Amino acid sequence: MIGPQLTGSDPAATNLAMPKIASSFAQFAAVRSGRRAVCAATMVAGLVPMLSGCIQVTAPDKPIVIELNVNIRQEVIYQLSADAEKTIKDNEGVF
Amino acid sequence: MTKTRFSSSVALMGAAALVLGAAGVAVAQEARDPAYAAARSSGQVGEQRDGYLGVVGSQPAAVQAMVRDLNNKRRAIYTEKAAGKGTIEEYAFATACRLIAQTAPGEKYQAPDGSWQTRTAAAPQRDPRCP
Repeated sequence: MIGPQLTGSDPAATNLAMPKIASSFAQFAAVRSGRRAVCAATMVAGLVPMLSGCIQVTAPDKPIVIELNVNIRQEVIYQLSADAEKTIKDNEGVF
Repeated sequence: MTKTRFSSSVALMGAAALVLGAAGVAVAQEARDPAYAAARSSGQVGEQRDGYLGVVGSQPAAVQAMVRDLNNKRRAIYTEKAAGKGTIEEYAFATACRLIAQTAPGEKYQAPDGSWQTRTAAAPQRDPRCP
């Protein structure tokens, strides 16, 4: 009784031993009835993905990219300001 | 003997540096091309908020070519000067803050919203990030 409960809470139907255990658990649980039985049954069957108590999380298919350095950094502008002033003076024909 | 030779070479180097310095000053004081100065004061070209020159409205091809040429030179300067200090865009932006502040009354400059403004005696509209 303890065995089926522990294995039954693992992700369904991904390893070879699972269908047997899960189906036996489903049979066992179906006799006892209850929400967990419904949940396990749907997970094993893989028909309706969502029922009450089953939570499905979908990972994004694209990698998450955090873009840094998008904005002009103000502290850098302050540091460059004096340098820019000199550059303007040194290149009067261009500015 | 050795000492004499050393000091003479130092003197030579000093003289060379002086000549080079004089040449550098001559280059630095090279003023604006008359065509560029005229285009600026007549408002055909203006200072953009990104550190480059812009053509205001539709202008002759010669003005557009001049702006392109000057902007290429500016980009080269920004690229060289920004190395190790910040990005080229940041250096150009910092220069734009100065250039817009230094515009003379009557010249055109780009406001933070992108519109062309004519500089008056009052302070120009600048990006809030400008120092």
